[in-house]
Amino acid sequence: MSQEDLSRQAYWRAHLRLLGICLAIWFLVSFVLGILVAQPLNAIQLGGYPLGFWFAQQGSIYTFIILIFVYAWRMNVLDRKFNVHEE
Amino acid sequence: MDQQTLSLLVVGATFALYIGIAIWARAGSTSEFYVAGRGINPIANGMATAADWMSAASFISMAGLIAFLGFTGGAYLMGWTGGYVLMALLLAPYLRKFGKFTVPEFIGDRYYSKAARIIAVISLIVMSVTYVIGQMRGVGIAFSNILEVPLATGLIAGMAVVFIYAVLGGMKGITYTQIAQYVIMIFAYTVPAIFIAINLTGNPLPQLGLGSTLQGTDTFLLEALDQTMVDLGFHAYTEVGGMSLMNMFLLTLALMIGTAGLPHVIIRFFTVPRVRDARKSAGWALVFIGILYTTAPAVGAMAIWNLVNTVHPGEIGTEEGHLAHADRPAWMERWEQTGLLEFEDKNGDGVIQYYNDSDEEFAETAEEDYGWEGSEIVTLDRDIMVLANPEIAGLPGWVIALVAAGGIAAALSTAAGLLLAISSAISHDLLKGVFTPRISEKNELLAGRIAMAVAILFAGYLGLNPPGFAAEVVALAFGLAAASLFPTLMMGIFMKKMNKEGAIAGMLVGLGTTLLYIFTYKGWLFFSGTAMLPDNPDGWLLGVNPTGFGAIGAVFNFIAAYIVMKLTREPPKDIQDLVESVRVPRTEG
Repeated sequence: MSQEDLSRQAYWRAHLRLLGICLAIWFLVSFVLGILVAQPLNAIQLGGYPLGFWFAQQGSIYTFIILIFVYAWRMNVLDRKFNVHEE
Repeated sequence: MDQQTLSLLVVGATFALYIGIAIWARAGSTSEFYVAGRGINPIANGMATAADWMSAASFISMAGLIAFLGFTGGAYLMGWTGGYVLMALLLAPYLRKFGKFTVPEFIGDRYYSKAARIIAVISLIVMSVTYVIGQMRGVGIAFSNILEVPLATGLIAGMAVVFIYAVLGGMKGITYTQIAQYVIMIFAYTVPAIFIAINLTGNPLPQLGLGSTLQGTDTFLLEALDQTMVDLGFHAYTEVGGMSLMNMFLLTLALMIGTAGLPHVIIRFFTVPRVRDARKSAGWALVFIGILYTTAPAVGAMAIWNLVNTVHPGEIGTEEGHLAHADRPAWMERWEQTGLLEFEDKNGDGVIQYYNDSDEEFAETAEEDYGWEGSEIVTLDRDIMVLANPEIAGLPGWVIALVAAGGIAAALSTAAGLLLAISSAISHDLLKGVFTPRISEKNELLAGRIAMAVAILFAGYLGLNPPGFAAEVVALAFGLAAASLFPTLMMGIFMKKMNKEGAIAGMLVGLGTTLLYIFTYKGWLFFSGTAMLPDNPDGWLLGVNPTGFGAIGAVFNFIAAYIVMKLTREPPKDIQDLVESVRVPRTEG
């Protein structure tokens, strides 16, 4: 296996790790906080919003937006580190 | 000037704008027709994607569904935004790197199989047509409202406009018009929401207004709304109701993976110059979508609040607490003409009662205590809520006209994008790619346009007898995309060893089971008379709503693909190399 293949594999592994973290956050804010435990969370108030309701109808969306930009930024860093970035 | 003239003027002006842009940027070569020569900036592309994406379902239908569902309506909000995370992380950059025109082209090449490509085209056509049905219903409702005619007439007007519009411009025309449409749409959605938020809570930001106290009181809006809904026998707005928690979970998942598998949205990410632009484009698209999606919950909650308070201006059950039928506001009379709102004075007392008469216990008490004999709003189409919202809140005429124009823009832009996907599927993937590779560019374009016309006719017909509210029909389309295309695309990138046999089996099982489940409850080809089981929680298998079944179909797709892959030969070396190469932005050097 050549040097380049090894670095290609390392790049892909680092990428998958980043993906895993991002997808865990994605799942947490929507399916867990916004659906599965939303009812008990509703006991907590965020201003006039019950917290579970807020995650389902507001918070998850804000998180998604931030998540994509953070991912794009981390990927650009990764691309450059492994020298696979575009010109 | 009366409301109708004003609405017609505003809608006419926006049309002139779109058509003007479409003609100005008319597509020349095939490459421009499909992907606009790959020359579009990520922010512009994000805005156009947002317009393309936010359809009649998002604009006209969704807040209305949320208004009646409350908390569980969050499935639509999370589902239709969370899908962008999947798209940005799991699909868009790699498909851009792969660098082909269409999704079936990717599937055909990745799985080295014409059969796989054809199945992908069929999936794409099935889901796109289903999606267009939802749009047609939206266009029809918007037009019937403006023209003050029955739904059928409004629908025919809508079909004609969509046809002219989609046939004239290719992708390039559409990209620029869609930017214009996005601006009109978001303006039309947020302006009334801001007005209403100020009226009710004094807070101009709908996102904050929904969490604020009612003007002049210490009670939070949501708290008061919970109480009012319970008083009328409905479930508390912020609690589970309208659908089970399981269906909320499945629907959210189906909409998310469906979003990521939607060919007319993915195709957008083929138009950006570089892989890293593809990642960022999805983010920008979601920013522009998020503006509407975080406003929608406020629109929904405030619409139902205003509606209930219009019908019950005083204490519920008291004589002066109810709206007299003769005194009903003008907007109610106008919507009655479309047949989407109907009253029936069941107990003959001359006033309107609106409550949950399907809750038997509450209905009994209401009859004993108040002498009510059933809810007297007998038809209240969820799809009219957003369009009627500014009228319910008593906003000025130009705002009402603006919302109508925005609704039409939403339906039109998405219908055009979908029709383009259908037309490229048939002309580019089926004819040029499989059956007649020697077809000339001119004939390819012609075939594409004929395909568009046929799709519009079929969808228009079903828009009149739809299998559900616009957002529900669109949810079905997402379920189909979720079950057929998303798993196949994802495995194509993340599983180097996935082979053509596995992909074909997966797509057939995913699409087949989902279609079967949907048709069982919604009727074969959506013709409602042919449904085999009742479409309600008692009839559903294990209580699974057909709108959320796509999530399960996707799981079936993954499982079938995996099993068949294990039993068959691994893909050739050059395919495995191809997969390696789409995983990195720059391969050479």
